[in-house]
Amino acid sequence: MAKITLDNLAHSYLPKPAGPEDWALKELDNVWVDGEAYALLGASGCGKSTLLNIISGLVQPSQGRILFNDRDVTHAPTAERNIAQVFQFPVVYDTMTVRENLAFPLRNRGAPEDYVRARVQTIARMIDMEDRLERKARGLTADAKQKISLGRGMVREDVNAILFDEPLTVIDPHMKWELRTQLRALHHEFGHTMIYVTHDQTEALTFADKVVVMHDGRVVQIGTPQELFERPEHTFVGYFIGSPGMNLLDAQIDGDTARVGGHRIALGGQYDAVAGRTQIGVRPEYIRPANADSGGLPVTIRRVEDVGRHQILRAEFEGTGIDAILPEGAGVPADATHLAFDPAGINVYADDWRVAPRKVTAAPHREAV
Amino acid sequence: MEKTQNNRAWLLLLPMLAVVLFSAIIPLMTVVNYSVQDTFGQNVFFWAGLDWFREILSSDRVHGALGRQIMFSGIILAIEVPLGIIVALSMPKRGAWVSVCLVLMSLPLLIPWNVVGTIWQILGRPDIGLVGYTLDSLGIDYNYTQDALDAWITVVLMDVWHWTSLVALLAYAGLRSIPNAYYQAAKIDQASRWKVFRYIELPKMRGVLTIAILLRFMDSFKIYTEPFVLTGGGPGSSTTFLSVDLVKMAIGQFDLGPAAAFSIMYFLVILLISWVFYTVMTNIDKQEGM
Repeated sequence: MAKITLDNLAHSYLPKPAGPEDWALKELDNVWVDGEAYALLGASGCGKSTLLNIISGLVQPSQGRILFNDRDVTHAPTAERNIAQVFQFPVVYDTMTVRENLAFPLRNRGAPEDYVRARVQTIARMIDMEDRLERKARGLTADAKQKISLGRGMVREDVNAILFDEPLTVIDPHMKWELRTQLRALHHEFGHTMIYVTHDQTEALTFADKVVVMHDGRVVQIGTPQELFERPEHTFVGYFIGSPGMNLLDAQIDGDTARVGGHRIALGGQYDAVAGRTQIGVRPEYIRPANADSGGLPVTIRRVEDVGRHQILRAEFEGTGIDAILPEGAGVPADATHLAFDPAGINVYADDWRVAPRKVTAAPHREAV
Repeated sequence: MEKTQNNRAWLLLLPMLAVVLFSAIIPLMTVVNYSVQDTFGQNVFFWAGLDWFREILSSDRVHGALGRQIMFSGIILAIEVPLGIIVALSMPKRGAWVSVCLVLMSLPLLIPWNVVGTIWQILGRPDIGLVGYTLDSLGIDYNYTQDALDAWITVVLMDVWHWTSLVALLAYAGLRSIPNAYYQAAKIDQASRWKVFRYIELPKMRGVLTIAILLRFMDSFKIYTEPFVLTGGGPGSSTTFLSVDLVKMAIGQFDLGPAAAFSIMYFLVILLISWVFYTVMTNIDKQEGM
């Protein structure tokens, strides 16, 4: 088990990267705490798999260092790093039985046979394949094969970290939930450092202690699910996490108020002068329909969508769409022409990055997510 | 949907039937006809029953040719399959050298068979051939026209030179289809190079290797042109394989009856072996599709 430090790390797949667009991974300086479960979340092609492969040693970074417990492993081969990794698509050794597959990483390291037996049994129970241990892996279904891959990733107890590269892509939805719960349980039991790559926010938020959001080769925020929800550090985090994502409105900031198209909106804190393109971001959870008397932003209400658990109100302000989430059974009042924002739920962004207030005057309180 | 029943559609099969008739059925029936009759010339034939078959089955000459044939196919398979795999494993996976390698590997396959025979016939000649002359200068007594072992070595070498690249190309195609994740997983699992070969590459190549073995077996079992050009079946009958012997019997001696019986049994042997291969291959597919 190890703390992982990324020191000034960057990677390009081109031999001579010129512009910033040539870098698959832009400069990173992060410390991944020993024993935490991280989820690496981002859209396809944002560099999350590259980062994972650099950590496991399958890819050599173009610049920077990577340290396990303060030992430089930048140029160490995968075998020396003692890492387990599970890939997106099942990798099983077809000609071996399920038992031999699970025992393979242990036997390659010369583990004693009775230990291998016991350990394989434990893992088999966890992935629910005890009854199929003596079967050849060849004829199994895709999700059974992926369970073997997961099992092979978890069979070694002494690994520095376990890396998962979108491992549940091929698994049935109901199995997904179960396996993720088992991974969580395993993490609690053994305390491995785990890094879980995914583009599914639900998966990330339910699996991880800390979610690392990546965008365009950069880590834009590392935080707990709650931090990502309440204080997105980058507009991408606001947009990518949450359903629907955060609303963004161009605004001018003036102390503790924002001016949006001539209307004043109260903020949850005192701000200094803000430079660059200024926007306010409000999650749909912090917006309520209101009538003309109670103030807010005058909007055109387009429609209300029922997504089961709650309703989503789709409105428009001077050509910009605004979504609001209505609590269950609340409905839209007949005289609603405005949208009211909870000051505590408003964040201020300059050139897509969050600006922290000088002084907080209203603490956020969540009513519905 | 209502199915239209029109028996005149069968007429559409007639052209195909005519082609098959002339290309396969009529020649085959001629051979069958010869195999059960005898003649003393003047195009007069009389019934011989299964005599020719009995004669061929108990003929030492045919037994000898069959033995040599089996030995030849066995030797070249034992050399070409492992060698082809080794070549495929050492070929580059990407970059400009891939095309260079592929072209070089295909060259022997593009050369007409009688030319291959001629090339090696000249190469091996002790007076002007590169290989023969060099060996003799080194004091090695090499002469493929007089020494049976030398003749065998030359024939086998020629076949290996000619056909190993087919196995290599097929194996290479099999290797290329293995997703990178398998190699990465093997690294993570700390599998040795041998285990990567044994548990990833070999199982993934199984399909193409079966085809390679089938093709090489069938081709080598009916080999004719190259040994005919190179050694003419000699010295003595040491490199007289089944088809060389068959041609000698049919066209050299004009023993049409025995030769016809011989061809039919030759045909049946190949049919039998191909059926065995086919069954084995479909069984593999079934296992993989499970």
